[in-house]
Amino acid sequence: MATIDISNVSKIFTDKKRNADVTALADINLSIARNEFVCLLGPSGCGKSTLLNMIAGFEQPSAGHVTVDGEIVTAPGADRGVVFQHANLMPWLPVWENVAFHLLLGGGQKAERRARAQVYIDMVGLTGFENHYPSELSGGMNQRVGIARALLMNPQVILMDEPFGALDEQTRMDMQNELVRIWQQHQGTIVFVTHGIDEALTLGTQIAVMSARPGRIVEIIPIDLPRPRDITSPQFNALKRHILALLRGERVEQERAPA
Amino acid sequence: MIALAQLKKLDRAIVPLLVLVGWEAFSRSGALPAALLPAPSTVVWAWTDWLVGTDGNTQTYSGHWVADMLASLSRVAAGFAIATVLGVALGVAIGWSRRIEIVIEPTLQMLRPIPPVSWIPLAIIWFGIANKPAIFLVFLGAFFPILLNTIHGVKSCDRNLIRAGAMVGGSERKLLRYIVVPAAMPSIFAGLRIGIGSAWMLTVTAEMVAVKSGLGYVLWDSYYFLRYDLVLAAMASIGLLGFCSDLSIRLVMARVLHWQRNTTLRGGE
Repeated sequence: MATIDISNVSKIFTDKKRNADVTALADINLSIARNEFVCLLGPSGCGKSTLLNMIAGFEQPSAGHVTVDGEIVTAPGADRGVVFQHANLMPWLPVWENVAFHLLLGGGQKAERRARAQVYIDMVGLTGFENHYPSELSGGMNQRVGIARALLMNPQVILMDEPFGALDEQTRMDMQNELVRIWQQHQGTIVFVTHGIDEALTLGTQIAVMSARPGRIVEIIPIDLPRPRDITSPQFNALKRHILALLRGERVEQERAPA
Repeated sequence: MIALAQLKKLDRAIVPLLVLVGWEAFSRSGALPAALLPAPSTVVWAWTDWLVGTDGNTQTYSGHWVADMLASLSRVAAGFAIATVLGVALGVAIGWSRRIEIVIEPTLQMLRPIPPVSWIPLAIIWFGIANKPAIFLVFLGAFFPILLNTIHGVKSCDRNLIRAGAMVGGSERKLLRYIVVPAAMPSIFAGLRIGIGSAWMLTVTAEMVAVKSGLGYVLWDSYYFLRYDLVLAAMASIGLLGFCSDLSIRLVMARVLHWQRNTTLRGGE
């Protein structure tokens, strides 16, 4: 049963200054089943973040519609947790208050918020940093806080927009392993935007490869490699070669097209 | 390193000490009649009498400093409090809602360039000679800096934080309360600090013209009686109170904005 259903979605941005329309997404159809880990993979400018923002409810499609659990998305809501590219934590709140921000807005008691926050702080491996402020933590740690904040809402769906893009290679690999562990433990649907082929192949149960201008889905590739994934295995490389060909073919086409 | 630390402490005192010593020497040299530029020692003498009533040299003001100070302070406090409540509330509304901005802002922008002191005649006609015109002027002086800084703070709130708030399911009111206002706090405090400066300036002005009590009144009255030592004591008193009120705002700010420690130049102090 599909949790997220994207049907015939297009997004056209009107550039008022230049009086031109930019088609960011053209006729996207994608169906994501419960507990899948779907990676949206594509070059920058292919509209993958726009697509994610429409699932989150930050943006509305120009045509078509997005449904989550059968309901058409019109606004952001706590049933969809978002982990942003930059953690977007409240700099004036300590870690635990950021994690429990959902409960703060809901008017929960302090002791209860503190206790609920602790569960997720432990889950993302930040035990001992509860009272630190975001400015006192590294980028990777802030991103963990962002993940804990999204998890605490116990959402149907977690949407991640290149959350590890600003991290160094080593931290990113740690965070990827961590995320897979949390996903396996927590169960839930994840949509993960990335431009890293290795990252998509390491994380996803499915990869939706996208092309740019206008953004569309070129192929949906199911990934059933065993976990933890060996990024040097022949199967991994075969898939990587296939995706590279898809993305490269896309570029060749673009270059041939008259500017 | 120790020598440097000691030197730093000393550094702060060097210039004020030199000024005082030079001033004292100049006054005693007789280059100017002593009445025109009283020596610091004379000022301190008059101030002490004003403060605790030693030899009665300040006549009717002898021992009245606390009462005069409280008269001014209460006007500043009242006007500043009204300005803070209205300035922050209106500033948040204008910064957040485009519609409120369009309806209210042009009027405010037209009133803003009018110097608060030019309201004195109207303030006296409307409120008479008492506390009210002074409080009104203080309010006018403090209101606009607080308002403008609040608007600026709200408008420069990071959109992504609001997105994050909307994502965790916040209503518009909750987003304002838990994201926009805290995010605007650094700007609001900047406005409060400018506002408290204007507040003292306008209390003193009002007291010179429209009120018969307070430090500004003593200052102006002593001028009529050629008591320049008392004029200087009144000036110093106003400076001291202005400094203390700014200091108390800074202390509150340090508590509220403690999260800025280690993230900004100022926070590193």
